[in-house]
Amino acid sequence: MEYETVIGLEVHTQLKTKSKIFCGCSTTFGAPPNSHTCPVCLGMPGVLPVLNREVVTCAIKLGLATRCTVNRSSRWARKNYFYPDLPKAYQISQYEAPICEHGYVEADLESGETRRIGLTRIHMEEDAGKNVHGAADDDHSYVDLNRAGVPLLEIVSEPDIRSSEEATAYLKRLRSIVRYLGISDGNMEEGSFRCDANVSIRPMGSDTFGTRAEVKNLNSFRHVAHAIDYEARRQARLLAQGKEVVQETRLWNTAEGKTYSMRSKEEAHDYRYFPDPDLVPLEISEQWIEAVRATLPELPADKEQRFVVEYGLPPQDAATLVASHHLADYFETVAGAVKEAKRAANWVLGELLAVLNKLGISVEESPVEAAALAALIRLIEEETISGKIAKSVFEKMVATGKAPAAIVEEEGLVQVADPEALRPIIQQVFDDNPTQLAQYQAGKTKLMGFFVGQTMRATGGKANPALVNKLLREMLPEPTAPADGG
Amino acid sequence: MDLAEVKRIGALARLDLGEEETAAMSDQLTRILDYVAQLEALDTTGVEPTTHPVTLGEAFRDDAVRPSLPTEAALANAPATDGASFIVPRIL
Repeated sequence: MEYETVIGLEVHTQLKTKSKIFCGCSTTFGAPPNSHTCPVCLGMPGVLPVLNREVVTCAIKLGLATRCTVNRSSRWARKNYFYPDLPKAYQISQYEAPICEHGYVEADLESGETRRIGLTRIHMEEDAGKNVHGAADDDHSYVDLNRAGVPLLEIVSEPDIRSSEEATAYLKRLRSIVRYLGISDGNMEEGSFRCDANVSIRPMGSDTFGTRAEVKNLNSFRHVAHAIDYEARRQARLLAQGKEVVQETRLWNTAEGKTYSMRSKEEAHDYRYFPDPDLVPLEISEQWIEAVRATLPELPADKEQRFVVEYGLPPQDAATLVASHHLADYFETVAGAVKEAKRAANWVLGELLAVLNKLGISVEESPVEAAALAALIRLIEEETISGKIAKSVFEKMVATGKAPAAIVEEEGLVQVADPEALRPIIQQVFDDNPTQLAQYQAGKTKLMGFFVGQTMRATGGKANPALVNKLLREMLPEPTAPADGG
Repeated sequence: MDLAEVKRIGALARLDLGEEETAAMSDQLTRILDYVAQLEALDTTGVEPTTHPVTLGEAFRDDAVRPSLPTEAALANAPATDGASFIVPRIL
């Protein structure tokens, strides 16, 4: 039987506010354990949480950016469960009345197709602390509550995702959006962007849902994709054996590439949500929403569209450029300073990204600034150097940080674009290769490429290729026999 | 509220209730619920559920960092610490 995979994703993204959601403790990462806590986030009796206004602004931003309805009125709820990293034994979250609902994210697939993934809701909540487990022979765990009370947005997608590729594309686009908005670092490895996947399968063409498993512990895009593929196979195997899929939480084990059931006897799943009496219902004015709307930056989907229209880029190139707004800004700086935007895109996506990937750094840390790359491209456009020489100049720019013009001058790389300088060189090539010259004259015209190559070599790659072609056409003898192509 | 329900809620609250306590809780909780259930006699059609007696539109704080407790103070009530973390029985 052929099955279709149905996936819904829950993403928790940590907000970049200075202070926690309900108290003034710092959210700075990496502080000594339990140095950023106070009676509120420690869950002491008698304290009162007070909502950080900025958290609401961040939620409105993301809601607007994902075309959600921003609810003018929403409520806080207590989600009750026991765990050592949760000092109050409840998490303050939103349940029945979340701040945002019914939006969507558009994700680009490899095929160039765009998929619209619905968002059920976005709600605000507080993060839990962090448990550190001791060595194997240590029967203790160590709890650090610095993270307890750090603001999170939980983004719940509709079960609209049908493959691991779509899941990855959705997550990447969502991460771009939170980064464009400047509300979160969106870093999966560091835990500021976390994902749980609800995965089920159903016979192809069916419109009812199968039983789903919720997979946790996915801390990279690759893990999400592998876990989804593994789950789909596992569930298909169960059904093939006449068994049933159990609705449960499973943990992804990266080392083994498998998911494992988290079930335990004592786990009672009933969060007993109820409205938090310590926090008043949240009322958001129309003015607040409109003020936030006015601050929204151009978002990835719009920027991608504009790059296609304004710069004539292929959609795939535009999609890659807009994945990070820093990369998009870099490209626009280069494109604005050169004649051909397409050439700017090729350099950014080709040479620049290759170097950044190799060095394992982001575009903000690029050893070559946008203005310097633009200067290099202008040297090509002005025919001072060839594209090929430009690549070696670029390598030297990366290594030395020098300006392209300085490198070209120091290394004597200025392109030979003087016909009078090139003619003797071409004549020398003819003299050195009498056999090929005779063959060309006899009709083997595809030897043109050979002569171009020899001339470029004789000039150390510095000859202007277009001029070489032109001069060769002038200087080569007229073929006497009709071209046989061979 | 029957015994099974009391046991389930007890388990969720990590309460280890004996048979006698379970029976006593069942009796008391049933009486409390019956008492509150008198409110169901009222017709509340069209009335918004009340979660708070007051509505305050503006109950926010600005996003500013305030001093936290010294770590010793944060850990002061913990049954076990190493001076940096709360120590609990192994979880995983």
